[in-house]
Order: sequence, then C-alpha cells, then structure tokens
Amino acid sequence: MSPASPQPPTWNEILRVLTFQGGYNTNAVLAGAAMLGLAAGVVGVFALLRRRSLVADAIGHATLPGIVLAFLTAVAMGMSGRSLPVLLLGAALASALSVACIFAIIRYTRLREDAAIGIVLGVFFGVGVVLLSYVQHPGNTGGASPAGLHHFIYGQTAAMRAGDAFVMAALALIAVGVTAALFKEFVLVTFNSEHARVLGLPFTLLDGTMLALVVLVTVAGLQAVGLILVIALLIIPPVAARLWTDRLPVLVVCAGGLGACSGYAGAAASALLPRTPAGSVIVLSAGSVFFVSLLAAPRHGVVATVLRRITLRLRIAGEHLLEAAYEHSVSRRGVSTLSSRSLRAMERLWGWPVWMGPIVVHGLRRKGHLRRTGDGYEITGPGVVRGARIARNHRLWEQYLRTHADAAPGHVDWSADMVEHVLSPALVAELEAELLAAERQPGRSPEGSPA
Amino acid sequence: MTTSVVHTSRRPSSLAERPEHSADSPLSIHAMTVAYQRKPVLWDVDYDAPPRALVAIVGPNGAGKSTLIKAALGLVPRATGLVEFWGVPFKHVRERVAYVPQRESVDWTFPVSALDVVCMGRYRRIGWFRPVGQAHKRAAMACLDRVGLADLAHRQISQLSGGQQQRVFLARALAQEADLYIMDEPFAGVDAATERTIVQLLKDLRDAGKSAIVVHHDLQTVTQYFDHALLLNMRVVAAGPVEQVFTPDNLQKTYGGRLTLLSEAAEAVARAGINVR
Amino acid sequence: MNLAPNIDLFPILAAVLAAFCCGLLGNYLVLRRLSLMGDAMSHSVLPGLVIAFMLTGSRAAPVMFLGALMAGITTVVLVELIKRLGRVEPGAAMGVVFSVLFALGVLLIERVARNTDLDADCVLHGQLESLFWPDGPARWLDVLHPATLAAVPPQVWTLAITCAVSFVFVLVLYKELRMAAFDPALATAQGFHASILHYALMVLVAGATVAAFEAVGSILVIAMLIVPAAIARLLTDRMPTQLLLSTTIAVVAAVMGYLGSIALPSAMDKPQVNAAGSIAIALGVLFFVAMLFGPRDGVLATAIRRFYLTRRIALDDLLAALYRHEEGSPITSRFAPKVYARARRSGLVMPGQDTLTEAGRQRAAELIRRHRLWETYLVHRAGISADHAHEPAEHLEHLAEPLPSGGPQHDPHGKAIPPGVE
Repeated sequence: MSPASPQPPTWNEILRVLTFQGGYNTNAVLAGAAMLGLAAGVVGVFALLRRRSLVADAIGHATLPGIVLAFLTAVAMGMSGRSLPVLLLGAALASALSVACIFAIIRYTRLREDAAIGIVLGVFFGVGVVLLSYVQHPGNTGGASPAGLHHFIYGQTAAMRAGDAFVMAALALIAVGVTAALFKEFVLVTFNSEHARVLGLPFTLLDGTMLALVVLVTVAGLQAVGLILVIALLIIPPVAARLWTDRLPVLVVCAGGLGACSGYAGAAASALLPRTPAGSVIVLSAGSVFFVSLLAAPRHGVVATVLRRITLRLRIAGEHLLEAAYEHSVSRRGVSTLSSRSLRAMERLWGWPVWMGPIVVHGLRRKGHLRRTGDGYEITGPGVVRGARIARNHRLWEQYLRTHADAAPGHVDWSADMVEHVLSPALVAELEAELLAAERQPGRSPEGSPA
Repeated sequence: MTTSVVHTSRRPSSLAERPEHSADSPLSIHAMTVAYQRKPVLWDVDYDAPPRALVAIVGPNGAGKSTLIKAALGLVPRATGLVEFWGVPFKHVRERVAYVPQRESVDWTFPVSALDVVCMGRYRRIGWFRPVGQAHKRAAMACLDRVGLADLAHRQISQLSGGQQQRVFLARALAQEADLYIMDEPFAGVDAATERTIVQLLKDLRDAGKSAIVVHHDLQTVTQYFDHALLLNMRVVAAGPVEQVFTPDNLQKTYGGRLTLLSEAAEAVARAGINVR
Repeated sequence: MNLAPNIDLFPILAAVLAAFCCGLLGNYLVLRRLSLMGDAMSHSVLPGLVIAFMLTGSRAAPVMFLGALMAGITTVVLVELIKRLGRVEPGAAMGVVFSVLFALGVLLIERVARNTDLDADCVLHGQLESLFWPDGPARWLDVLHPATLAAVPPQVWTLAITCAVSFVFVLVLYKELRMAAFDPALATAQGFHASILHYALMVLVAGATVAAFEAVGSILVIAMLIVPAAIARLLTDRMPTQLLLSTTIAVVAAVMGYLGSIALPSAMDKPQVNAAGSIAIALGVLFFVAMLFGPRDGVLATAIRRFYLTRRIALDDLLAALYRHEEGSPITSRFAPKVYARARRSGLVMPGQDTLTEAGRQRAAELIRRHRLWETYLVHRAGISADHAHEPAEHLEHLAEPLPSGGPQHDPHGKAIPPGVE
C-alpha cells in the first residue's frame, strides 16, 4: 500500500500503476488479484447455474475451523504453526467436509438447500470461533503465537508477493484448463443432470470436480482477499456476466474477464489511494461492474427492460386507439371526429392509467395520424391508411391463430408493421382468401363487421 | 343459425359504450393485453362470463389460459385492459371470489394440516389479527366433509395423495363461501374419485346459483362437465354455450392442425351426441 | 465453575433472549426457503454501524441499533430489487448484496473509523462474556431493585424489547404469517398482502440480527436463526409445535452452550472459550442428534423401518409362493435359507419340510386375497391389462390399507380369491 498522501493520485501515477510500472510489490498484487478474479469468475459460473452460489459462502466460512485446527495440529507436532501449506490443507479439508455435510443434510432430511447451507455455515464458523478463542490463550498452544490467523478472514491482498501471484496464476490455469477440457460435460451436468446420468457420465465425479474447483479457489483466495470477500469474487462476476449474455461459452469468458478486471482495477485503486484495503476495493469494483450491468445490459438490463416495456405498452395503446378511430370513421362514413369525452370513456374502458392517454394521443399527432379539431380529435389521411393496415394485420393474425394454431402463439407478433414481415407471402395470401371467404358467411364472420 | 353464438371480439361500434352484462356478469374482461417480456401472451381479450354457469377455459398449451385468470385476479400485471367482477373492480369484491391455484404452486411439505389449509379460506371473513374461532373451524370441517375428506382433516398435507390435495384446495375455496370460483386445472393429475367429486361439487355450486370458471385441458370431458366454454388461443376464438361453441369447426380454430387432439375431440363430440350441423 | 449471578446472569440472559427471538423468527425463514437472508443481513450490518457512527460520532447503543437496522432493511430491499430486475436467483442475489455491503463496511472502517474500537472482529465473533453487571445485586431478591435495573447493560434491554416485539408480532399475526408463507397468491388475493407481511417480517429479522449480534456475533446469528427451526422441522408437522419446539431448542442450546463454554475447559483446567461459538456448536450437536435419531424421519428410524419392511416382504413372498405351490404352481423364485429358518421359527412353515402350517396358510391366504383383489381392481377399474396387473399388485399386496372391496370370487387370471378372515 502506498504511503498516505493527502492529494489524489496524478494521472501519471495512475498510468504507471495500471501498466505494471508501479513497483515490484504492486505488480505482484495486481497480477495476483487479476488471476484470482479470472479463476473465481470461471468457476463461479457453474456454481451459479447449479443454483449453488451460496455453497461457496458455506465453504468460505467452513475454512476457519480447518485453519485453526491445522495450526493446533502443527503446533502439537512441533512444527511451525504458521506454515502456509499446512494451514491451507486444513482449510481445504474442512471445506470439503462442509460440502459433504450440506449434501448429507439435503439427502437425508427434508430440509432444502438454503437451510442446509445456513446450518453448516453457522455451525462450522461457530467451531472456528471457539477454536480461535482457545488458541488465543498462549497457555493452550505451548507458546506458539496464533497472530495472523485472523488475516484469513479479511485477507491481506496488499501483502501479496510474487510467489503468491504465481500461485494465483497456477490456480487460474487449473480453473481455466479443467473448465475448457470438461466444458461440454459440465454443461450437460449443469443443464440437465438426469440426462447426464442417463448418458452414463460419471455424474458424481463431474459434480464433485466442479465443487472441488470452488473449494480450490476459495482456499487459495483466502490469503488474498479473505474468506468473505473471495465469496464475492465467486458470485458477483458470473451474475453480472449473466446479464450480458445468454450463451454459455460467452458467459464463461465474460465472467472470467469481469473477475480479472475487478481484481486488477481494485488492486490498482487500492495501491493508489491511501488506507484502502485491497480486498474490499476489489469486491467493490466487482460490485460496481454488477451495478452497471444491471442497469445497462442490452437485453436483461433494467433500462432496456423498462424502456421495452413502456414502448410496448405505448405502442399497443397507440395501435388500439388508431384502429378504433379508423373503425369509428368507417362505421360512420364521413364523421371522423373523436370527442374528448368519448376518448376519455375509451381510456377508462381499456383500463389505461391517467398518464397514458395524453402521451398516446401526442404520439399519434406527432406522426400525423390524428389531428386536433374543436372538441376532440380527427383521424387524418395517413392515419386512415395506417389504421386500415393495423386492422388488416390484426384480422390476418386472428385468422392465422385460427387456422395455424399449432404453430401459433410463439410466432404471432401483433405489433409487426406488416404481417408479411413475419409470415411468407404465400401464407398471407392464403389467410386473406380464408378471411374473405369467412366474411361472406355472415354468421361465421370472425369479426361480424360489415366491411 | 339465427344469432351468432360465436363471440365477437369486436369492440362496440360506439366507442364509449360499455358491453352489456357488466353488472350481472361475474367476470367481464375488456381489451385486456398481457405481455411477458417482449411478446404478448394475451392480446386484446374481451369476455363476459355468463352468470350462474360452469365455464371451461379451453385452449392449446401456451394459449394463455392460466395467464388469463391470473391477470384477471391481478396476480400478473396487465399491459392494458379493464377487469370487473359484477361490474366493480376486484378489490371491492374479494370475498365473493374464490381462487383455486394449480396444485404445484405451493409447498406441500409445509407444516399445516388439511383443516388448517381449509381454514385459510375463511381468513378474509375472520379479518386481521383475530384467531380462527370454533365456528370457523366447524365451517371448514363441513367443507372438508363435502369433498369427502373429513376423516383426514388432521393429516399433514404431505401425507395426502395428489387427488386429496386437490380436494383440500377445493374445500378451501368452498370455505370462502364465494359466488365465483376460479380454478386453474383442478382436474390435472387427479384420480377418478376426485374427478367425480369435483364435477359433483361444480354442479352443486351452479344449482346454488354460483358460477365457476375452470381452466380445463381435457377436451373429452368439456361437454359433459360444463355449460359454457371459452376457446382461447392468445385471444378469444369463440365463447358461448358448449353445445354451440364446441364444434369441430371451432376446435379446428383453437387447436389448428393438431390432428390427434382434433380426432380426440371429434370423438368426444360424437360421444356426447351433439348434433353437428 | 463460577455461576455467581453478578457475573453470569447477563450473558446467559442475553444469550437466551437472542436465541428465543432468533429461534422464533427463523421458522418463517426456513419455511419460506429464505434461510440465507439471515446470513446476508448479518454481514451487511457492518456498513450500517460505521455510517451511523460517521453521521453521529456516537457509539451509543440506540444509534448503532438504528444504523444496523437500516442496513438490514437496505439488504432486503436490494435483494428483492436485484431478484426482480435482473431475474437473478435468490441465493446469488443475496451473495452479491451482502458481500458488496460487507466490503463497503471494511473499507469505511479502514478509512473513517480506524481509531475507534468499532471493528469487524467484534461484529463477526461476538463478545458475550463482556456483558457483565458492574454493580450486581448481592442477593437474587434484589434483582428488581431500581438501582440494579439501571445497571443492566443496554444490549440486554435491546434484546428484551426485540424479543417482546417479535413475540407479539408472531402471536398476533399467526394465521396471516402462516398463510402468506404457505400460499402467497391466496393471501394476496384475499387482501392480506403477502409482500407487506414479508417486509414486516424481514424488518423484525433485521432487528433480531442487529440486537443479537452484539451479544453473539453476527455469523452466529445465522446458526440461531436457522438451526432451531431446522431441528423443529425434522421433528414435527404442526405449526404450533414447530414454533414451540424451535424456541425451546434455541433456549436450551443457549444455556447449554454458555455453560459448556465455561465448564468443559475448566474441567480440563483451561480458560473459558468463546461462548457464542459454543452455542453454535451446541445447536450443531442438537441438529445432528435430531437428524440421526428423529423419531419418524431420522436416519436411524428410516433405516430400521426399511430393514423390517424388507424382512417382512421376504417372509410374505415366501408364504405366498408356498401357497401358490399348494395351488399347483411351481415355485419360481429362490428364497434365502434364513428366510425359511425365520418362517419355521415363527411357526408359519412346518419344521423340516417346505409346507405351510395352519397359521402360515391363513396368513398366506390373506396375502393372496389382497394380491388378487388388487389385480381385479387394477384390471377392472384402472384399465390395466391382465398380464400387466401382477407386478403392481405384487407391491400393493404388502400394504395393510387400503384394500379394494371384496366381492368377486375370481381374479382376472381365473384364480380363486381366498375369502376374508372375518
């Protein structure tokens, strides 16, 4: 972490850090965090799709008793209690046990996944806390100091060394390699586990591999960002990526990329700003990526969804109104005025909220389909043309629904400008002929209107 | 054919005019459009349910049958449209409408007994904060008895068979003492005994002057069980008394080229002895 | 082991109160499959505390409580929003919200509140032992004296109030909460807005989480929220019993855990370990016991039931085969010698030979009767063809209840149906 400086960092400083010229230690942190983000993002995708995001949470919390127990065992055996491999081995064993407990609870009781995760998480962490309070009394550990054990909870990203960065790179390599090699098997197991079983895939083994990858990332990430924040890296990038794409390969790449970017950006920000723990900043940058995705993603984003919904609603309403005005003018030849009063009555009948009427009318006036007259509105020439086309479209669609219903609702797009844009010309001609025939039969008329 | 029985989905030519039966019809829907995501599921549906009748909503998968009743009850947002029960909005007549959702919609391992579930039908009557009194428990028990489950009143609901669970739902609706019963696929996956019970109950309800609107998927039994039918395929294809609506011609419209279903239906029509012109 | 009231009364009281209100509210989380909402809230409390401190500069209990409560409510609202707007599954939505909020909390502590004793450790682990009573009464009788009451730690008051509010809430809205949890659509259609009830419940859970975390630490709040309700879920199918059991279990575990944290280490001449953690362990042990030894659905009970059922079916099948043999059909399946031995021991098969005794014949006749009645039913009522009816009947014959009504003399294969015993 850079020494506390009162001024915000200059552009030069920012550029230097971002291009890996910010010094040896900063580079290690940057690279390590990015690699961890990559690994967590890729692995997290399958956890998300298996609806197991929070299993990572339980795994993360369950490492605590493992770490402390490993420390105690090492001390009892006369080794240094601070040896990293020993502690991480303890963490991995405890988290594997926690996963086994979760699945045992789901299998042997009627409790659901959420309760199973909560139980295992709470109880394992409780064990960890008790053990931690136990080792904090020097008398209990024969003098070995447990200081630093609690770094596993919050992590010390800023203390990452080049060696750690290489570990992270190896981790990312494993995660990406295994995922790439077993991609189609993972997809099958994730998407349709029964089908995978029927095909004779080693289902348990594959499922176990996915979980093992989660455990691996969690345990390795503990050191870097701490147990609670590694969970964030496993969950947030996949969820954010999910908003951008519906295709699985793209999703995996996106999640890995977003994770790496979050790690990189967060570590850089932490190096540049004083008193900012890197773990938190990394998570916060992942959080911001998620927030932006939630708002701005093209298909599933909030802005796009809301816009689409409003547009659809206004469009439906506009077509309704224009069609009604058109039919009104046809049924009373010559009188094409819609009084404000009857307009309001229509709006009530159609259940429009108060704000919608004026907007719809304004839209139609701007397109030149409606014109203001003394007491109300009048349909214009172009309006009649458009109204007629809408009416025709709707009747053709109706006819289509009647005659081709087996293929129907999915294909029907009422708002399509022209039926021809969706259906083949031959089919449209056929529908038109059918419609004409139906209209000649008075009792059978689908619309009953004297056209 | 003197009058057109095929329901016209045309808006009245005088724009401000209200459809006729509003105040009498238990459920009237005007220009209702419902859209999930980009595509509308129901488009511009107009329908007036006849009073004191058993109405079947029939249509192919994805035709929007369940959506129609959910949107009518406000459980799914409507893009446009007006829905009224006896000429007034739903919120003023909640206690007169009983809704029977699909059986899969709830968690059947929930720790409640059959009687508890039926009592839920009376909560509106009991009101906020007050406990369920003996009188209400007795009323609920009577409803369970009507569906033939009085012996199982204190069983936990997961220990009931699928048909019995459906009957518990039915008893819950009965306990509401409503005037209109809206049911979503009550016959789906039930045993023969339950099917008979449900049919008998529906007939009893109609004889008592109530109405029922039922989403139904079995074409073979529509003519036996129901008075009216609403053929739905994204919009109203036809509506009216079953013997007039449920013609091969209309079924062709609703089900399109689905030959197997169609032959099934033709068989049903023949069996019911309906004179097809 | 020291149980003098001036030292241990308050920690135990705080633990019991926290356990009671978490155990009570947790039922609704478990039943609505929202167990991890407690997890999410207890993590995201941290920024609430820091922001409250930043705004007021005070660490007074009411300020902290309010700040944390706001954070809890924010969590619920954010999770709901992300779930709905992004169509993200609930677990992942919670994960996003709590981890980001927790990170925010850690960052704020580092930047703003570094020099105060607000620290994430205390939030996570809890310091139950620090709730001591400085001027404790000399005798139990003095407990209600105003001066001693004034010395009660504020955390205990907060917990007591939260407990009372939760209790009244669950009591008064018992039926509404139950309906909203079971069938939200029905509740809404009847005018009891399920979403309003949901939010009210969540506010209380946030309150309980916040009130409890100072005493037991926020991660252990999760154990208290979920484990007692989960244990009760394994033991009962009744809602009132569920509520009663879960609160009782929570309280018992709280006392057990606290006393255990003193007694066990002191028995080994070690100092006291973290009490909150011990309570979580006590809950874990109780859960394990319930999972293994639950009277109806426990792992052991299920295994024993299955064992006896398999044994009975093997015996039944042997008797039926011998009966059919007497009717003239060959014995097609092979039976283990120990099944024969068991049948002879029970006096159902003649010793030394493969013929039924009178008792065995009666039992076999009853079985065959059930089998053939079922076959008849399946063929005539369920429309299964005669050659396919044997297999399902083979399973159904072992059921005591129900039995298709008797009447026909012969099954679809033309075999005689033995008359009923009575």
